[in-house]
Amino acid sequence: MLMQVRGLSKTFGGLHAVEDVSFDIAEGEITAIIGPNGAGKSTLFNLITGFYRPTAGSVTFKAKDITGHPAHRTAQAGVARTFQTTKLFEHSSIAENVLAGCAAGSRSTLIDAVFRTPRHRREEKASMDKTLELLEFTGILEFKDEIAANVPHEVQKRAAVALALATEPELLLLDEPAAGITEDETARFGQLIRQIVARGVTVGLVEHKMSLIMSLADNILVLDQGRRIAWGTPEEVRSDPRVIEAYLGAGSQGSTSQEDGIQERTPGQGA
Amino acid sequence: MKLTFSIRGVGALLVAAALLFAPLILAEQNYLLRVLITGITYAIAVYGLNIILGFTGQLSLAHGGFFGIGVYTMGLLTTDYDWSFWSALLAAIVLTTVVGFLAGLLALRTREAYFAIFTMALGLIIYMVISRWEDVTHAYSGVLGVKLPEDIGPLDFSEPATYYYLLLVFLAAAAYVTYTLRVSNVGRRLLAIRTSEDLASSIGINVGLNKQLAFTASAGFAGLGGALFASAEGFIGPNSSSIDLTFELLMFLLVGGVATVMGPIVGTLLVLMLFEAFQDFQAYRFILLGPVIIALVIYAPQGLIGRLNQLTFYWKRRRAAAQKTAVGAPEQNSPADPHNEKTEVR
Repeated sequence: MLMQVRGLSKTFGGLHAVEDVSFDIAEGEITAIIGPNGAGKSTLFNLITGFYRPTAGSVTFKAKDITGHPAHRTAQAGVARTFQTTKLFEHSSIAENVLAGCAAGSRSTLIDAVFRTPRHRREEKASMDKTLELLEFTGILEFKDEIAANVPHEVQKRAAVALALATEPELLLLDEPAAGITEDETARFGQLIRQIVARGVTVGLVEHKMSLIMSLADNILVLDQGRRIAWGTPEEVRSDPRVIEAYLGAGSQGSTSQEDGIQERTPGQGA
Repeated sequence: MKLTFSIRGVGALLVAAALLFAPLILAEQNYLLRVLITGITYAIAVYGLNIILGFTGQLSLAHGGFFGIGVYTMGLLTTDYDWSFWSALLAAIVLTTVVGFLAGLLALRTREAYFAIFTMALGLIIYMVISRWEDVTHAYSGVLGVKLPEDIGPLDFSEPATYYYLLLVFLAAAAYVTYTLRVSNVGRRLLAIRTSEDLASSIGINVGLNKQLAFTASAGFAGLGGALFASAEGFIGPNSSSIDLTFELLMFLLVGGVATVMGPIVGTLLVLMLFEAFQDFQAYRFILLGPVIIALVIYAPQGLIGRLNQLTFYWKRRRAAAQKTAVGAPEQNSPADPHNEKTEVR
């Protein structure tokens, strides 16, 4: 297992945002986290990426305990993430954004830079090559000199992925990658996610768009009110009565087919 | 080696040439040369402020204080303790760097406005210590007879022009460090923190450590500027560590342009020259300068150099775009273009 999450909990005051959640992320697979609004998906993301400290439970990555590690150490260990509201260095160009991702993992110090040591020059060259390769990979090479705030939404989303990949992660966690983009763009984004997995990077994602999840995910974790209510393959989850209840509320199953039912109540659909 | 024409490079060269030839042009005007000398010592401190405010985005209001520590380390060591200029200079840099490091450990636990308030308090404390600790600092009596650098071979630093060139060496070093920051991974990490601390830590940047290093280096430069200032002036008083100085340094940086290489020196000298030009108005000169600064903040919030950089960037982009359309016109109907099929059918 690439990542093992055991009994993870987070309380804010008296509110149990995430309660006793356990799941695994297997290497080379796509793991999705779904659930109604307020189910604790983003909190869970923040817990496993070190942005929040868990109240209880453990996170193990590559057989190492990373519970409660600060965000930058989690990232250095090989867990990259994107944010729900696409975050970029918005005043910089797209290429500079990805370069920042390379810079983060760089070992050279100011002394290296001032004296232009071989290590410094080697790293600068490598960073530039890697940036161009990632821009090509995410299909946004033509935007490389554009200021991040000025490019279309879809390009920003891809740039955020390129930036995250620049840190050379083994696990990439995407927080609602398809929020606010069109159906076509979502389909293309699904393609990109498959290509990322083909590159050898394991992917975990929080997502509302069922079309994307059902076609991509190998495993799905369903949360409701901070608790895990289902965990399994798309087929297993789709027919799980607790999942249907969480999405539709008790007593309303009869009216629609199960799959449509899940889609119907999904926020962000058609946005 | 390829020699490329760059507008920014040419601009930097022009400023450098003006600074190099200034003593020759101002040969008969020792007063203006003295203004330049003072200006350069300030500018070195402004380069320091640029690292923490310009690159890392943390508004430090302690830099007048750090400057003052540099001033008094140089002033007291070379008079009361009879150290040489060079050893006192080294001591001033080390001391301000250490003070900056220790202050950073506390100050950087706070963020944004709280960081500004904390560092302002710190600057005030340093000023208080300098202006009240009479036994050591002589308080308002000041310190007289701060040493100039000892001669190196034929170089006699009591000659203002020679001292001026020594300052230029330090200034060039400060500008070079800034240039290096702009084009290296170290600077990119700092700029990342300025834009978004969350995003920076999500890509593995240790925000706390990088801020700490930036603040420490930043204080060191302020101390270096202060030490050189003390030596250039010869006589020092507590005002060289006051909160007013902090705000002047801040103004120099904002006028010149944050996170730019040439901004600190251009901003500092420009504002000082304006001060001199309005000298006859004495205290009223701020009434004239105020609107100038306000206009600048409104029309060029990125500072003069920042604005120039932006303009050259747009100019280059437009030129590149014009070339692209000229060359790429036949390819305009790319396969991805949905209108492409229609034109084929037609």
